[in-house]
Amino acid sequence: MLACADLTIEFNRKAVLKGVSLQFPPRKISAIIGPSGCGKSTLLRSFNRMHDLTKGARVIGSVTLDGREIYNTSEDPVLIRRRIGMVFQKANPFPTLSIYENTIAGLRLAGVTSTPVLKEAAEKALVDAALWDEVKDRLKSSPMTLSGGQQQRLCIARALAVDPEVLLMDEPCSALDPIATSKIEELMFRLRERLIVVIVTHNMQQAARASDRTAFLWMGELIEAGETEAIFTSPKKTMTEDYITGRFG
Amino acid sequence: MSGSHRLRKIQGRLMEGVCLLAALLAVIPLFAFMWHLAAKGASSLTLNLFTQLPLPPGEVGGGLKNAIVGSLVVVGLATVAGIPLGVGAAVYMSEFARPKVASSLRFACDVLSGIPSIVMGLLAYQVVVVRMHHFSALSGSVALAFIMLPVVVITTQEMLRLVPHSLREAGHALGIPAWRIASSISLRAAAPGVLTGMILAVSRVAGETAPLLFTSFGNPYLSADPRQPIATLPHTIFTYAISPYDDWHRLAYGGALVLVLGILGSTLLSRFILWWHRRSLNV
Amino acid sequence: MARAFDAELKELKFSLLDMAGQVEEMLHLTHQALIERSNHKAEVVTRLDRNVDEAELKLDQACIDLLALRAPFASDLRLIASTLKLVPELERVGDHCCNIARRALVLNLQPPALESDNLERLGLETQSMMRRAVDAFVNGDAAQARSVIRADDQVNAIYRDIYSELLRRMLADPLCIERASHLIIVIKNWERIADQATNIAEEVLFILEGRNVKHAYLQEPTQP
Repeated sequence: MLACADLTIEFNRKAVLKGVSLQFPPRKISAIIGPSGCGKSTLLRSFNRMHDLTKGARVIGSVTLDGREIYNTSEDPVLIRRRIGMVFQKANPFPTLSIYENTIAGLRLAGVTSTPVLKEAAEKALVDAALWDEVKDRLKSSPMTLSGGQQQRLCIARALAVDPEVLLMDEPCSALDPIATSKIEELMFRLRERLIVVIVTHNMQQAARASDRTAFLWMGELIEAGETEAIFTSPKKTMTEDYITGRFG
Repeated sequence: MSGSHRLRKIQGRLMEGVCLLAALLAVIPLFAFMWHLAAKGASSLTLNLFTQLPLPPGEVGGGLKNAIVGSLVVVGLATVAGIPLGVGAAVYMSEFARPKVASSLRFACDVLSGIPSIVMGLLAYQVVVVRMHHFSALSGSVALAFIMLPVVVITTQEMLRLVPHSLREAGHALGIPAWRIASSISLRAAAPGVLTGMILAVSRVAGETAPLLFTSFGNPYLSADPRQPIATLPHTIFTYAISPYDDWHRLAYGGALVLVLGILGSTLLSRFILWWHRRSLNV
Repeated sequence: MARAFDAELKELKFSLLDMAGQVEEMLHLTHQALIERSNHKAEVVTRLDRNVDEAELKLDQACIDLLALRAPFASDLRLIASTLKLVPELERVGDHCCNIARRALVLNLQPPALESDNLERLGLETQSMMRRAVDAFVNGDAAQARSVIRADDQVNAIYRDIYSELLRRMLADPLCIERASHLIIVIKNWERIADQATNIAEEVLFILEGRNVKHAYLQEPTQP
């Protein structure tokens, strides 16, 4: 279980996220929705300590994975990021590495050298990312020959290869066409069985289709969170209602 | 066609003509020089040039073996020191330093790259020649390394800057330690450009003369000992060109042609590297 | 932010209210056909049913179109989903009115079967329920909707009274069995119309509050 409690995040003393408390249970896809600038990406990035790399960022409050606080000074952010993986809005495969090398990049650069282990991990990850059949005959070619949707699935495979417990997805389909999007949503449903999946999206229909739980953020605050069916048929807060029906945002 | 339309056309053609003239004026001297050099130096471009030592004035024949070997030693040592330091500094500035620190270092490099090479020679003189109490190839290498360093740092840093930040983010998100991201992701992605920058920096210092005048000093004999004075190609060209001996003039032209061909070769090599890299991405 | 969708929803609501208005008119005429024993009014009722059937087709299509094209959520979704359920309810009310009107034509040829004014009360109470259910929809009045749901008990009580009265009369005087049995069918239809008004009120509550209050005996006690 991934959870945050009373999480406040400041950039150069300006609060971007205020007092957010949420839980992301296992075997569920959780969506975070809200208008641009509401803090959803900021929230997501706090879960794998990406803000450690930003000057002037300050994280106050707690983020726990299975009860253990990930921001303890005794925790190594590099190890945290191997347990909590992330996929970004624009697919970012390493252009100078082949498809195979991209998939195992995380493992190899973490020190795994055994070729059979790497090969097995690569195949498993590419199968899980629904990409194996499309690339198994050209593992040595450049990832730039793949389509946008395939590149994004390659990035998902790369993240899965290090065997994380959580997969954070920051608007993974916003640059993709509907068919590529639905392929990724399908693989999310399968991944749900063994990972916690958290997706940030500005696409209401995607949140409704693809998630089990939804949280609505606005101006850095959590407005409402709950089961997706409840949020989309009868939300409790007027602001949630207005946002998902498109009356603002 | 209306009057103003015709006028505009004429103006356009005129501007084009002026620019073409400027381009020709810039390029023609280059070709003229190359032609002159080839004409004068081609006759010396024999195997003897590379295998024979220079003969005393008055005797015809001889080669530039000592100068060629000497250049290789001096430039080689400078490269061994300058490239790793330069690349390392650039990696630090690009991947690890705080923005203020990085921009201060960059400013220092910009200033250093503008310092005249003879001043660098003076610095090497103070630091090495005075300490060792005699001239040496080492001091020449130190001078060339000083010149090479800011060039390598600046080009490497620029190439690293071109690497999209999204790649580093991807590396971080995979739980890859920062130093490995710097070496295996950033540097690897910037590799073709960095390599090209290195080649160009080396070929540039290979032609430096002024700093070597009072550091490596020149040597009529074949030597590869860094602690002793050593002949270098540019220095030898200088010495032979101002001498009164026709044969030495011929050797000077031969040496000049070797230098220019070397620079041409390294430029072509860097182009080739870039082309090959681009090709391997598009397969 | 005004949306083009808002105009379409408004039009949907108006069409639904128009249909409801036609049905209320039919109810009124049906009641009067019985009480005033007017054959003319009974015939008008059967003609008006055609309008109601046309409205059903139009509204069905409009709802399907909006679902397909607008992918609605929350209150918009509940409005359209409920409209899809309200429309057949209203149409059935229209059919019940036609049934009553046809019986009225037969009953009007014979002397009255009832002595009490219960039949009039039944008609008035049912009309009131229907009118209040539609008002609750128009005004977004949840309290009004709840009062309609409660009123169903009252109508059922009147229905049972009339039924007992008719049974007594049939036992006492076998000659009035024929007209009594017609009247039983009539009051059965009134009772069904009152049930339909209750259903409408329950749908209104769903639109307004997002809670499905039907079949209370099945609802879990821990509903939000």
